[in-house]
Amino acid sequence: MGEFLQERQRQIYRKGEQPYQLDCNKQSASGSVSQRACVFCGSRVVLYPIADAIHLVHGPIGCAAYTWDIRGSLSSGPELHRLSFSTDLREIDVIMGGEKKLYAALCELIDKYQPKAAFVYATCIVGVIGDDVEAVCKRVGLEKKIPVLPVHSEGFKGTKRDGYKAACDAMFKLIGMVPATNIPRISVNILGDFNLAGEIWTIRKYYEQMGVHIVATITGDARVHDIQRAHGASLNLVQCSGSMIHLAKSMKERWGIPFKRVSYFGIEDMAQALYDVAEFFDDKAVTARTAELVQRELSAILPQLNAYKRDLQGKSAAIYVGGAFKAFSLVRALRTLGMTTALVGSQTGSREDYEQLRELCDDGTIIVDDSNPLELASFLEEKNVDLFIGGVKERPIAYKLGVGFCDHNHERKEALAGFDGMMNFAREVYSSVMSPVWKLTPRKRSMNAKERAA
Amino acid sequence: MSTLPVIQKKTPPPGYTAARNACKLCAPLGAMLAFRGVEGALPFLHGSQGCATYMRRYIISHFREPMDIAASNFSEASTVFGGTETFRQGIRNVQSQYNPALIGIATTCLTETIGEDLNMLMSRLHQTEDAATLPILVPVSTPSYRGTHIDGFHGAVLALVNHLAQNGGQPRGQVNLFPGMVSPADLRYLKEIMEDFRLEAVLLPDYSDTLDGPSMAEYHKIPEGGTPVASIRAMGAAKCSIEFGRTLRQKTTAASCLDQKWKVPAHRLGMPIGVRETDSLFALLEKITHQQMPRKHALERGRLIDAYVDGHKYVFGKRAVVYGEEDFVVGMVAFLSEIGVVPVMCASGGESGCFASAIEEVAPEFNGKIIVREGMDFVTMEEATQDLDADFVLGSSKGYTMSRHLRIPIVRAGFPIHDRFGGHRILHLGYRGAQHLFDLIVNTLLTKKQEDSPVGYSYL
Repeated sequence: MGEFLQERQRQIYRKGEQPYQLDCNKQSASGSVSQRACVFCGSRVVLYPIADAIHLVHGPIGCAAYTWDIRGSLSSGPELHRLSFSTDLREIDVIMGGEKKLYAALCELIDKYQPKAAFVYATCIVGVIGDDVEAVCKRVGLEKKIPVLPVHSEGFKGTKRDGYKAACDAMFKLIGMVPATNIPRISVNILGDFNLAGEIWTIRKYYEQMGVHIVATITGDARVHDIQRAHGASLNLVQCSGSMIHLAKSMKERWGIPFKRVSYFGIEDMAQALYDVAEFFDDKAVTARTAELVQRELSAILPQLNAYKRDLQGKSAAIYVGGAFKAFSLVRALRTLGMTTALVGSQTGSREDYEQLRELCDDGTIIVDDSNPLELASFLEEKNVDLFIGGVKERPIAYKLGVGFCDHNHERKEALAGFDGMMNFAREVYSSVMSPVWKLTPRKRSMNAKERAA
Repeated sequence: MSTLPVIQKKTPPPGYTAARNACKLCAPLGAMLAFRGVEGALPFLHGSQGCATYMRRYIISHFREPMDIAASNFSEASTVFGGTETFRQGIRNVQSQYNPALIGIATTCLTETIGEDLNMLMSRLHQTEDAATLPILVPVSTPSYRGTHIDGFHGAVLALVNHLAQNGGQPRGQVNLFPGMVSPADLRYLKEIMEDFRLEAVLLPDYSDTLDGPSMAEYHKIPEGGTPVASIRAMGAAKCSIEFGRTLRQKTTAASCLDQKWKVPAHRLGMPIGVRETDSLFALLEKITHQQMPRKHALERGRLIDAYVDGHKYVFGKRAVVYGEEDFVVGMVAFLSEIGVVPVMCASGGESGCFASAIEEVAPEFNGKIIVREGMDFVTMEEATQDLDADFVLGSSKGYTMSRHLRIPIVRAGFPIHDRFGGHRILHLGYRGAQHLFDLIVNTLLTKKQEDSPVGYSYL
């Protein structure tokens, strides 16, 4: 541990050590090579799946270029979200101000693409040069007669979590804009599922089979009109609570809509997400249909899952993800496959998240907040895991060391949610762990040689 | 051939104020990539955390290699009160974790706008008590509102040379080679050519190992390989410099800096893509070494021309859309022109002002017959290509959307390749690179023909 940064020692905890202490929700140490992104990233990812809005990044080209079509969020209709628009600010704009350019860019794009709304993302530089983004948005909104919403996502003004909040604030302005008529009592909004590889369609199908009406899928295959009448739902279901809990709380306060935290990953959490909804509505028919659905889905996949489990039993994994809530589900899903978790961490977990993780994990498991490549590599070597679950930035760390890797980030194109998703997850874990290529890697070979020598 | 559209020498006013699917990245990314090609170096961004993370992800997705970029992680407080402390802490933290020989530091739009002065920040650091323990610090100014990633790349190479190169008095046999933003496969091949000429060449940058390294038994904090700092220092005493890039000539670059400062003669060539541009490189190497082209390369050249002959019918008169960094496009146009492909649309997000003239130099026969545009984005490019009856697009994977909409194939080359495997192993340069590109283009056209055919011939 000597090589780790002093100021990060309190963000690493090994279960069993006393006393328990784990700091989180801190600004990343300067020079730490954090795996986190920024405020802008947080806002951009949450609003990204609104497919019939244009998303204009106000700033120099980088922020828009690096976020062009990188996520797997699918749309069943319009695909405006897959276009990358930027005001592409230049030196002259920095000196003279970018408001005129923003105004012109917005008007042209709205005329050309006829979106139902427009989001304008303020980047670092806009916060510094002092453009009145709010005023430009208001003016264009009045002229073009669509909601034009500023997103206060200057990169330096906090962490990714603050970006989530800025996005929720922008989205909240849409809600209630159209009357919520003809919405049945048994109805929900789905928050925090991003429809990666069409996952939200699977979840929607489950709820609809139960007899639950979906008003808006707010962060996946989303439409402006649906969000505008989302206040008509009886219940908000919040996955990825780090990003969307703020909106759920705002909606509870303003519209009195209760919310439940759910997860659609792994069979236990998936089933729980359905049962929780049935319980909430307390409707006999819904309850019966839910039990039937869960049983049907489970019996379809359990035989194959158990076959995988026979080979994966006793293997160990490391998890490093953006939000800690996903990590709970992953620990449980790995257990379903007979695997243990030796390391679990997240970029933006909260105190409660980490306490829950500590309860969930086995003794000796490393729990880490806002880690970096050197720490992660060192943990992988120490724990000698068979699998690492993370995102694109973690992948080369695992692969360089000859460790299997499973992408559970938002860039993935495989559906991992729902019961079918659990099958995909199991298949991916199996093909990552069981591949013969690891036998050839220098690390595995040197470990085998050491074992033989011993 | 159908009638070709008239060249538009001046960049017409862009149709849209906004960039729509940019055909460029921001300057700091190029600087980070270049710094990764120095031995024992760690790239560092003075700015917000997100910039480093985005660039890491973008670069990792192409190279599939670790790419650590440290950042000073600007907060609201450092934005208001200045980044002196953040900078100091960032550098010290990088030092304690990575123990680098060199830290390559680039600015961002944020730090440039609030007026952070890297030289001043560095000199403050050098005045501290433990200054002697500091690694070499090389700063480069890369505000993302000026230029594109290629400017950041060349800027970082210039900064390294300007900062480190010396003249030890004795002229040495060393030749400096500044290849520009090419692939690890290109870099390895260039080194092979230099070795075959028995030339002591120093490539800068050289990320052929750092961004395409072997599987590790133990994790290396900074991957092995890269241009040694000592070799960069010796650049001031080199016999000459070779620099690729026809659009660079009005700029101060690493080669021109060495020429001015240390009287190291600069040879500036086009990016050696295709036979003729590669011939120029080999002619220069023959002149420098007073040797003939080694037989291995002469044979490679011979086989390439033999392949051109064998495959000419498949490609003649085909119409291509070529896009990317300006010098990449110029090199590709030189290559396409010698195999009979018409680059009906040549586009770049860069704005050097030299793009059209450089294209005219390498392929004067297209003068007035093709569209050449700087400052382009992909949506505008696609709109402008609609009526050009193009057969394929050639460039990075970011042109895939356009190729899909135009219903024509894409030949992937350059940076980035985010939707295929092995993008960093693509060879573009020299006779061998031209052979690879030629095979790729011919086979892409044959595939299209085969797939479109109702017969499905199995023998073409």
